[in-house]
Amino acid sequence: MSKEIVVVKDLKKWFDTDEGIVRAVDDISFTINEGETFGLVGESGSGKSTTAYTLMGIYTPTAGEISYKGMDISMGIKQRPLSLKKEMQMVFQDPGSSLNPKRSIEQIIELPLQVHGIAKDERRKRVIELLQMVELPEDYLDRQPTKIGGGEKQMVAIARALATNPTFVTLDEPTSALDVSMQAKIINKLIEFQETLDLSYLFITHNLSLMRNVATRVGIMYLGKLCEVAPTGTFFSKPLHPYTKMLLSSIPVITREEEAVKPDKVVSMGEIPSPVNVPSGCYFHPRCNECTERCKREDPPMVEVEPGHFVKCHTLSE
Amino acid sequence: MMSEMIVDIRDLYVNFNIYEGVTRVLNGVNFRVAKGEKVGLIGEAGCGKTTTVKSIMKILQMPPAEVMGGEIYLEGLDVLKMSQRDLQMMRRKTVSMIFQDPTAALNPVFKVGDQIGDIIKYNQLALGNKISKEEIHEKTVQVLKEVQMPDPERLMNSYPIQLSGGMRQRISIAMALVSATNLLIADEPGTNLDVTIQDQVLRLLGDLVEDRGTSIILISHALGAVKGLVDRVYVMYAGSMVEAANTEDLFSDPLHPYTKALFKAVPKLTGGGIPMGIPGRIPNYLSPPTGCRFNPRCSHAKPECRENAPPFYQVGDGHEVACYLYGGQ
Repeated sequence: MSKEIVVVKDLKKWFDTDEGIVRAVDDISFTINEGETFGLVGESGSGKSTTAYTLMGIYTPTAGEISYKGMDISMGIKQRPLSLKKEMQMVFQDPGSSLNPKRSIEQIIELPLQVHGIAKDERRKRVIELLQMVELPEDYLDRQPTKIGGGEKQMVAIARALATNPTFVTLDEPTSALDVSMQAKIINKLIEFQETLDLSYLFITHNLSLMRNVATRVGIMYLGKLCEVAPTGTFFSKPLHPYTKMLLSSIPVITREEEAVKPDKVVSMGEIPSPVNVPSGCYFHPRCNECTERCKREDPPMVEVEPGHFVKCHTLSE
Repeated sequence: MMSEMIVDIRDLYVNFNIYEGVTRVLNGVNFRVAKGEKVGLIGEAGCGKTTTVKSIMKILQMPPAEVMGGEIYLEGLDVLKMSQRDLQMMRRKTVSMIFQDPTAALNPVFKVGDQIGDIIKYNQLALGNKISKEEIHEKTVQVLKEVQMPDPERLMNSYPIQLSGGMRQRISIAMALVSATNLLIADEPGTNLDVTIQDQVLRLLGDLVEDRGTSIILISHALGAVKGLVDRVYVMYAGSMVEAANTEDLFSDPLHPYTKALFKAVPKLTGGGIPMGIPGRIPNYLSPPTGCRFNPRCSHAKPECRENAPPFYQVGDGHEVACYLYGGQ
């Protein structure tokens, strides 16, 4: 059993809004092991990004615990020690808005080094080294993010995240704004960095085909709760939660081999309810085709059906 | 032959005059859709998919856009030579378009019922019919039912902001359906939606065109979404069509080096890692490469590829490919 790097326990993040309390993340637990890629999948509004933001300290948890290498980090970013920030980094979804358009690429990549007190000439050397790592030419140093392509911007964002030599990187939909050929390039680079730099990833995406190819373990989120967690292979070969089946059977694929691995068609119906006014019992019951009376009343517990495969569904807990 | 084609674009060139200079975007596009046919158009962002279909309805902003050459026939009539009045009639009663972002396509300050009602009214006027308020109401309810919206009476009185993304897209589809009798153009209808909702919208769209026998052009960069819905697919790269084939043929046996590379770059549900992407990137339209525009990224590039753009070669039944590799066959 490999060592755990991040442990999340009963994490809750609620937001108080004018319309009521939004339970963006509601009581989820998972662990990320050293050197693995933990994939978090779900549709928009399911709480994937909120989970990541809470983990990174951008939000302070409403309840629950997060620990990193055994150290409690369930506090906001301001209370976290500087050395911790060096180890945990993040790449955001849209490089167009996560890079300051007024700064040059050099200034952007340099900033985390400056924060962590690296001397000026050292910094320049490191920035050039980072640019080489992400295969961008050196003369990009003085360019501004608006002058380069979307894929290149994301490479700059990755270089910035790697600047401080982190051990844990959160990737929040790093390629969803890009074309497939650029996506392939970036994902391959990320996999290469994971091996050479010994990184652990929390990888967030709504693209299940991509997830199949990058994650070691996958967790599915629906309305702020995790409904299934399993090693990637098992997850795709033996999906158990009705939502997982619906999601998998809805993926558009291009080859016959892929068609063959999809579960039998579960006709998707209904829409994701508003997180302010969540359904009673199991959150998924209004869209579920295996729904029983019990599902409408009680929220099912998370059970371990087989080692490492957790499912939150009444049909499996009997 | 002519009469069977609903859309027939021949050798279309479109430039955009912008501050930096002239971008030569469409570079000899040939594109045909037969009556009742379902055609997909795939390609990466910025390859000219939307420009192509917008030129069919002549809704490109001109300027900056400028048609440099070519012909666009819609039901046998040249769109580029139509009078303003004829164009308006065509948009009212023949062709409709569903846009990628339903939030931007709907007017936020009018109730959805009124927005659909207006289209019904002008569509009927174009057909030469007078229509009463009651009939408009009735038709609106009917079309909302067709797109499977629950409780149409209540929905008619809501504003777009009160609806979810999937519902908004269904309203856009309803709006397109009331006037699209012959051709429906759907520009990335599912892209902004979650997979389970996208699945619903695409299925709905497929069923509706099937029932009415309407031709459809489905644009997408999600290859799988296209595969499930259309009969024939065009692949576009940097302003021209590179391959066209029946859906089954194209996905089982892609021929053009670009199509092959594109399919390979898509992550597969079967796993097996992510293959390398296509080296290089989409050309700058200010100074596009001469000849075949894919030549700088192509591993089979020959000198002739740099000189002249290859024509469409017929390879097998209805399978066309614009590449010199297949010129000898």
